[in-house]
Amino acid sequence: MPISLVTPEFEVLRDQTRCIKCRVCERQCANKVHHLDPDLGVMVSDEASCVDCQRCVTLCPTHALKIRVNENQFRPNANWSQQTIKEIYKQAETGGMLLSSMGNPNPLPNYWDHLLINASQVTNPSIDPLREPMETKVFLGKKPRSIKRLPDGSIDTSLTPQLELSMPLMFSAMSYGAISYNAHESLARAATELGIYYNTGEGGLHEDFYKYGPNTIVQVASGRFGVHEAYLNAGAAIEIKMGQGAKPGIGGHLPGAKITEAVSRTRMIPKGTDAISPAPHHDIYSIEDLRQLVYSLKEATNYTKPVIVKVAAVHNIAAIASGIARSGADIIAIDGIRGGTGAAPTRIRDNVGIPIELALASVDQRLRDEGVRNDVSLVVGGSIRSAADVVKAVALGADACYIGTAALVALGCHLCRSCQTGKCNWGIATQQPELVKRLNTDIGTQHLVNLMTAWQHEIKEMMGGMGINSIEALRGNRLMLRGVGLSEKELEILGVSYAGE
Amino acid sequence: MKRVYVNEQWCLGCHLCEYNCAYANSPKAGQGLYGMVDALKDKPIFPRITIESTDEDASCADPSQTAISYAVQCRHCTDPICVKSCISGALHKENGTVVIDHDKCVGCFTCILVCPYGAITHDDTGAVQKCELCLKNTAGKPACVAGCPNAAIVFEER
Amino acid sequence: MKQYVIIGNGVAAAASIEGIRSRDSQGLITVVSKEKYPVYCRPLISYLLEGKTDLTRMQYRDPDFYKNNKAEVLYGVSAEKLSSGKVELDNGSSLPFDECIVATGSDPFVLPFKGLDTVENKYTFQTLDDALAIEKAIRKDSRVFIVGAGLIGLKCAEGLTGRVGSITVCDLADRVLSSILDAPTASIVQKHLEKNGMSFLLADSASEFKKNADGAYTALMSSGKSVDFDILVLAVGVRAGTRLVKEAGGKVERGIVIDEACRTSLDHVYAAGDCAQTMELTQGTSKVMAILPNAYLEGYTAGVNAASEDAGSPAAVFDNAIAMNSIGFMGLHIMSAGSAPEGCQVYEEKDQDHWKKLFTKDGYLTGFMLVGDIDRAGIYTNMIRNRIPLSEVDFESMKKLPNLYAFGEKYRHHILTGEV
Repeated sequence: MPISLVTPEFEVLRDQTRCIKCRVCERQCANKVHHLDPDLGVMVSDEASCVDCQRCVTLCPTHALKIRVNENQFRPNANWSQQTIKEIYKQAETGGMLLSSMGNPNPLPNYWDHLLINASQVTNPSIDPLREPMETKVFLGKKPRSIKRLPDGSIDTSLTPQLELSMPLMFSAMSYGAISYNAHESLARAATELGIYYNTGEGGLHEDFYKYGPNTIVQVASGRFGVHEAYLNAGAAIEIKMGQGAKPGIGGHLPGAKITEAVSRTRMIPKGTDAISPAPHHDIYSIEDLRQLVYSLKEATNYTKPVIVKVAAVHNIAAIASGIARSGADIIAIDGIRGGTGAAPTRIRDNVGIPIELALASVDQRLRDEGVRNDVSLVVGGSIRSAADVVKAVALGADACYIGTAALVALGCHLCRSCQTGKCNWGIATQQPELVKRLNTDIGTQHLVNLMTAWQHEIKEMMGGMGINSIEALRGNRLMLRGVGLSEKELEILGVSYAGE
Repeated sequence: MKRVYVNEQWCLGCHLCEYNCAYANSPKAGQGLYGMVDALKDKPIFPRITIESTDEDASCADPSQTAISYAVQCRHCTDPICVKSCISGALHKENGTVVIDHDKCVGCFTCILVCPYGAITHDDTGAVQKCELCLKNTAGKPACVAGCPNAAIVFEER
Repeated sequence: MKQYVIIGNGVAAAASIEGIRSRDSQGLITVVSKEKYPVYCRPLISYLLEGKTDLTRMQYRDPDFYKNNKAEVLYGVSAEKLSSGKVELDNGSSLPFDECIVATGSDPFVLPFKGLDTVENKYTFQTLDDALAIEKAIRKDSRVFIVGAGLIGLKCAEGLTGRVGSITVCDLADRVLSSILDAPTASIVQKHLEKNGMSFLLADSASEFKKNADGAYTALMSSGKSVDFDILVLAVGVRAGTRLVKEAGGKVERGIVIDEACRTSLDHVYAAGDCAQTMELTQGTSKVMAILPNAYLEGYTAGVNAASEDAGSPAAVFDNAIAMNSIGFMGLHIMSAGSAPEGCQVYEEKDQDHWKKLFTKDGYLTGFMLVGDIDRAGIYTNMIRNRIPLSEVDFESMKKLPNLYAFGEKYRHHILTGEV
């Protein structure tokens, strides 16, 4: 085999004065980076396969390890960056598409960081959330446009099915198959404990998880994996996945190696076969077709569950959302370009779609302009990184946020972006039993509950600062936001004033 | 009585418990990270907890099965055969914990010969070692439990 | 209130006290102790010579043991006669009892060697007094001659290593530790001991002892060799202390015959420890197994039963006695347990310093012999004692290394996830 032109991305720095040769790094690295060299009598590392997942660093009892970016440099070239050159080498050597995972790592403008939140001073008192009641509960689903009275004169309080969330957060769709059983269980248990929802993704619902049904959103995607009547009725809501922020316009591909016995049963496909989700739903070519699926699902569940339509944020997102709002869907979920994935072609992930902040602002505005905003709730995702992002999203018009990456990070993910290899050292994006067991679901559940609870506290603090005691009152309240470092056009789309204005 | 239990489902076979045990019971115990380095570097370790692992121990390897690993340490039996068999009276029970009086122990290893769990070990000088729940060392509570990265080892009443 | 008399003050006696007190906190316990020391474990005397223990540390129980257990000890007194409900003592008094536990241990027997009476510096190696006497007699340059290469003789030799000029051990058998080791394993041990300075004369015996003009002695061996020495240790063997029970009409073979409740054939008389013989599990024959774990278990069982109302079936039974030994000589550890019954299968593994032999028969592990690597041997011992069928165990894996995995998930979960 000729030499590979791809040089290692990382280097493993081992402080040999600290290394006690306990070999935990060796035992814990699924990429087989470390081993004990019997002749040298020391631990050595082959960094070529290191993905910088930090498993070894975290477990090393004497903190003898450090992983850092390989300082080796190609001749500097602002146009042909080292990364670009390496990608060419890889493709030249393999002839394949580049695959990657998790969210877009490139420095696209992040509008959350250019939006600042307001606070009350002097004339309008802020509220102390430790002393005053503070409501973070939201209901997702169609709301009546106006008050209606029944023939007897009383107010019609009937509503279409709603999702009740204790805070404006949900765990976004991650399929069993893409992530492990233990990751799924952690999400399901945490959602139940928190009074929010997690989402099956398109992998179906493992029989063990039906008990979490009241806090589950079941997804129907283009592959229709794992979809059957009991599945549809098991969840609290049904989500039709039209697209995903990390890979708009293309389908999914779960390699056969990940289709274990249990995954195959859950997805209802043969063990070991590749699970290929087509790029489009082959029965949806128009809003009318979508409407048919929405109502088929409502029929199948006797109109007891709200239906969510999830789309990727793309150029005409406002028009698309407007169409979806007319399809009978109760909730629109929009996933931005920085959203995560278990595997996507790198070029797609990094170049297709638009940022969620702009998509959200324009969709909310469009639906308001068209008078249909109350017909649907808006859920946004695609790198919601903190409670501040949530507050900003709500102020821009979202009813709730989907969080995926942050949830996985809470479970131990270090964003090494190697999910597609199936060798997740943290037991999250893998189906190998010896790796899956590394995610103790008691710890995982607790971490998720802790994270969400912490965010909820922070959301309340920020709401209190603004003098707002109900998250509902913040929704679409763009006066609470100001922009910094943004152009006129960006401010116009976001619908916010410049700081100081 | 609180005992150390291992939850096989979560045991990673990382062997850190063995190192944490060896350190907690070393003279350098309680001196932080460099104490650990000092105590364990380039030395054979003699932990009182042992990992059995199907993917590492040639004796029980079975590639067709998912790797199983778990830690074994003194079960602090209700009716400990080691105490009854100890020729010097060094092994005895203190509030339910089976402890060893190293002054009295002569290293005959009869306890190793009778322990049904293979939980009593020895160091390279022939001194008998056994889990005493870290009650006698500076850790104060089981170091294997505190250091288990996946909370597979727990110290609780059952 | 019951009156208990325990004859003997060794480990079996201490265990009897603990057994009685587990059931009866009030009864009167009297211990007849020929030796003038509180309970110590006899095998420790070699460690005493070696300096690994001392008189304080070798106490088997803490100083308040008798007081805390409300037991009276008559030190320096021997039991002379056992009769119905009464033990007569050599000081002329007698002790009435409701229950008697005979824990008289064993005594060394001395062969009538020619010229033995000419040797003043001769010792047996059985009691603390023996060890103290040897301690007093040895000098840096003493030449010690030990007759008997069994456990007692070799442990004595180990205790003296480095403290005397030379040590020579002879035995009629052609190998060391003939009662517990076979020839190949014995040769590993012998080589190890030789490396540590001992000399051996095996398959040989002393035919005559002579005192020389310089005050030293010579042993003439039947092989024609001769050994010059200053100190003689006689470690030929021991006999169970059966006299009292035998004279009282109780059933005695090589030891006092006891059942699984540690009862002798005499009413209200129990026996425990080295003086007793009981059923060996792996062979199904009754024999004397003079080892500490059995002494304790028998003593405790006898104590519990003595203190319990006789309700037909005994309150405690000890029915899985096996012979076992763990012994180390200067860093080399040897373990054996159970037996190698006729027609058994043998699994063997060996390299330079390790030797492993496992004996199986009729679907059970019946015994093992380990030299060198003895880690986790108790897992094997447990299989023998508790008659765990090989069919329930992954013996292929177990053979190589004792492990708990081989017992399967159920057993493993039982022992690792709950109280045992």
